[in-house]
Amino acid sequence: MVAFGVIRTLIDSYYAGADVLPPDRLVTRNAVSIIFYVPLAYKEKIEKVPGVESVSYGNWFGGLYKNDPKNFFPNYTVGPGFIDLYREYIFEPEQREQFLKEKNSAIAGQRLANRFGWKVGDPIRLTGQIYPGEWDFVLRAIYKGREPGVDENSLMFRWDYFDDRLRQTTPEMAKNGVGWYVVKIADPQQAPVISTEIDALFKNSAAETLTETEKSFTLGFLAQMDAIIVGMRIISYLIIGVILLVLVNTMAMSARERISEYALLKTLGFGPSHLIGLILGESMAVAVFGGLLGILLMFPVIGAASQFLQNFFSGFEVNALTILLAMTFVLIVGITASLFPIYKAVRLPIIQGLRNVG
Amino acid sequence: MVPALVKLESVSKSYSRDSLIIPVLDNIILKVPKGEFLALMGPSGSGKTTLLNLIAGIDRPSAGDVIVGDIKINDLSESALAQWRSRYIGFVFQFYNLMPVLTAFENVELPLLLTKLSKKERHQHVESALSVVGLEDRMKHYPRQLSGGQEQRVAIARALVTDPTLILADEPTGDLDKISAEEVMVLLSRLNSEFEKTIIMVTHDPRAAEKAHTRKYLDKGELV
Repeated sequence: MVAFGVIRTLIDSYYAGADVLPPDRLVTRNAVSIIFYVPLAYKEKIEKVPGVESVSYGNWFGGLYKNDPKNFFPNYTVGPGFIDLYREYIFEPEQREQFLKEKNSAIAGQRLANRFGWKVGDPIRLTGQIYPGEWDFVLRAIYKGREPGVDENSLMFRWDYFDDRLRQTTPEMAKNGVGWYVVKIADPQQAPVISTEIDALFKNSAAETLTETEKSFTLGFLAQMDAIIVGMRIISYLIIGVILLVLVNTMAMSARERISEYALLKTLGFGPSHLIGLILGESMAVAVFGGLLGILLMFPVIGAASQFLQNFFSGFEVNALTILLAMTFVLIVGITASLFPIYKAVRLPIIQGLRNVG
Repeated sequence: MVPALVKLESVSKSYSRDSLIIPVLDNIILKVPKGEFLALMGPSGSGKTTLLNLIAGIDRPSAGDVIVGDIKINDLSESALAQWRSRYIGFVFQFYNLMPVLTAFENVELPLLLTKLSKKERHQHVESALSVVGLEDRMKHYPRQLSGGQEQRVAIARALVTDPTLILADEPTGDLDKISAEEVMVLLSRLNSEFEKTIIMVTHDPRAAEKAHTRKYLDKGELV
């Protein structure tokens, strides 16, 4: 049950980031692939689409902290107004102001800051993997997620700093393009219409776009790991299957050993309902005791695992659905394991059962 | 004349094994009066235990009727039969058949769980039954902590705790040493004489049979 809980939590955490995304944000990217640019000039056109409230943009940077791949974390550059679109990020107002004032400032999520022991005001150097050179920032703000599942493992820095530096050092890489646009819309119900309208604007252009809700965009990203996730789901259910087999075997053995006891109870006048209650009760007691123990152990085990995995997953904690699923499986396992012994005990002819004595 | 508590009317019993039909009892006619202490004797395989099982309602005759009191028990459904057994029959087995995980008290209390007695009333009944068999000081003992004779006395207490009309005992001394067997037989005699219980006992043991008022012999499925 502990293994089931850990795997379920891992899967839930994997999707947690997508689950908390609001429905009123769209992402517009290059229709061919996210790795291709979308022209910066599209911003004004997107802003004019009816129903669009505001637009900002981001671009994957992919720098390494201390030039060590083990220190990987998502980092990207963001355009003006980007952080305003993310109401789920909570900042200290003065830190936010400082970020907006200082060109080489950066913001980081709380978990990321905790991971490296960063404090506001600390210098941070990233080594560019796509954009060459050492990139120096000053951490000016640390944000927290409004709810569990909100990503707190990213670092963002200002687009103007990024763009200016590219133009100075590697002008061939400054392409007046961005990785993606984030589009805030007034009415989430209009998301399909607005998406279609945005994409229609750039139909037959050199950079056609694909617009979808940020949640779909994120899930599409996560889908790259779909085979592994499906595998993990199968393993989690196999674990339940193994538990079921173990308990079925235990109960079957118990029933075999107790044939004479069942026969005695029948001789004394205990009817089928008594036997069903007795066997079901025993099976449920074993299943519930084991299940509850497993559920209780989930918390410290997942708590310990989250120390290692919090850098990769937001909200790595046991959720109510996992507990509900585990308890449902406990009930199913308890009932299923009792079926064969119940059948055997109820159908048992008394004289046959009594022959097993002595 | 004392009325018959148990009547077997032309009772036959046979078992099917593969394609073979094995006759066990053939046209048994038997009347056991109320208050009787009957010993059923006979060689192994003569059908003694089968006859006892039919009277106890834990097996059904292939032909004929088993009547206990005014009830033709072979007509009862399984659940009605179970209820009937719990009210009218006390059963004593050769190997005691006590629940190993229950104390002597709990084993004796088992049949009372099917009644509407309160916990307090059950307690009183169990104490009385255990004092009748002289084991009131062993109430909290588990079967493994008792001797064979004591286990059988607990089983007798269990058989009489519901105050049944009929006590059926299948080789009650079969697994006991001579002294314990004597104690058990004295106890059964007391139940018959003092408590006026009708007892039908299957036994191989001539000494045990001596305590009975009546002895009947079975041979090859027939009363002789």
